[in-house]
Amino acid sequence: MARRSESAGPFLLRAALLAPALVLLLAFFLLPLAKLAMLGFEGQGYWAAITAPRSLRALRDTVLLSAAVSFSAVALAAVVGHFLARRRFPGRRLLVAMLTLPMAFPGVVVGFLVILLAGRQGLVGSVTEALFGERLVFAYSFAGLFAGYLYFSLPRCIATIMAAAEALDPALEEAARSLGARRWRVVRDVILPGLAPALVASGAICFATAMGALGTAFTLATDTSVLPMLIYTEFTLATNLGVAASLSVLLGATTWVVLALARGASGSLAANA
Amino acid sequence: MSAVLTAIVALFLIGPVLLSALAGVTANWFLGASAGLTLAWVVKVWDLYAHTIGLSLWLALCCLVCTLLLGVPAAYALARTPSRLARLLEELLTLPVAVPGIATALGLILVWGAVGDFRIHWTFLLIGHVLFTLPFMLRAVLAALRGAELEVLEEAARACGANFRQRFLGVVLPNIRGGILAGALMVTALSIGEFNMTLLLSTPHTMTLPVGLADSYASMRLEVGSAFTLVFLVLLVPPLVAMQALSERLGR
Repeated sequence: MARRSESAGPFLLRAALLAPALVLLLAFFLLPLAKLAMLGFEGQGYWAAITAPRSLRALRDTVLLSAAVSFSAVALAAVVGHFLARRRFPGRRLLVAMLTLPMAFPGVVVGFLVILLAGRQGLVGSVTEALFGERLVFAYSFAGLFAGYLYFSLPRCIATIMAAAEALDPALEEAARSLGARRWRVVRDVILPGLAPALVASGAICFATAMGALGTAFTLATDTSVLPMLIYTEFTLATNLGVAASLSVLLGATTWVVLALARGASGSLAANA
Repeated sequence: MSAVLTAIVALFLIGPVLLSALAGVTANWFLGASAGLTLAWVVKVWDLYAHTIGLSLWLALCCLVCTLLLGVPAAYALARTPSRLARLLEELLTLPVAVPGIATALGLILVWGAVGDFRIHWTFLLIGHVLFTLPFMLRAVLAALRGAELEVLEEAARACGANFRQRFLGVVLPNIRGGILAGALMVTALSIGEFNMTLLLSTPHTMTLPVGLADSYASMRLEVGSAFTLVFLVLLVPPLVAMQALSERLGR
């Protein structure tokens, strides 16, 4: 221990290296969040803001949407990630690049892509009109939100799960197969347990990102109001600071709890594996 | 089975991007690509939104400098302090990623919004961007610091009489340059695309590219929005591709 700390210079030096980042965090993050949490007590208070029918509906829809997207994204990414980790084929690198590129697309752009895909002048509408004589338009509904959230969740999940699958020993799968295990048994007893920590971790990140996402809902302007959107309208249109603050705290707390739970689960899964 | 599903997912992710690029250079999307191709929409985007592009690039650059100056030393201090306190501080410093951007933005406006002209100055946005991207720089650099056998090298340099400055500049930095570069590319890409926090923080005086995009989607015709998206992708994709190439090279 003594050797380690000596090699990094004295304690004061290390404190000085950390100080600027900590000051920034304190002044522009911890202080504002504390103020936000305090503000929630003013006016009607937390309980009234959270139990208003509109808030409850938004909370329910946001959690449902985020959970559904997380499960779907992780399930799809598990298949795609495992496939990409095991197979070698021409164009594989390009495919991986294309699959992970949308990772940093902001939500507004994703919302616009959904409009191009399933909006009033969208591709799905044109195709369905040509085939069935009726335009299918779902961009501005819950399905549109789902498509958008799935779009920005998939790349990150695929990247994480592919890396985890590459770290798994393929010999285990071959051994199970040569011992006569059927395909789904190999998946259930070998691949899934091996991938479990990565699946839980990427699902949790996915959920947290979906809970806080604003851009996609902003562009799509759907009937379904997600919680970040409700906070935005409460703040800008209704200038109802207390309610916006209470809802922000609710949103932050829900997200944080899920992340903490998932990290615990992921840790114990990794320990058991 | 897996191959088919992978193909469908790839189509879902790439199809809309190509669609958008095509719409951005099509004379009239409603009539289809047969109406002819044009760069008129791109020119129009430039006239209307050039200032948002300029601000976003400037912000990304400043954000990168700030995260480098704040993040690299902080990561080093954290990596070399094997204590509970260091774990706690690391946790704290990465918290802005877990808290929804809109909540952070609201808090920033509450505490700092009324201080002079800060609210309408571009540095107000910079603060938000640095808060949000610093964790990514920290993580990338920490991973590099913990990966290499850096402590042994540093110890050797110390035994040879190198002081802290010589060790940090001559031994530590060159050995973690891959991590720093990966963090830098991530920070740049995230700053250019940040919206969740920026929507509340930005004002008519300080409008960033993604906020401008939202504006064009809401008030302009589809072709203009598409052309703007195309311009945005041309800016965003190079750092992303560089990031992937780098991570592949480092992974080997």
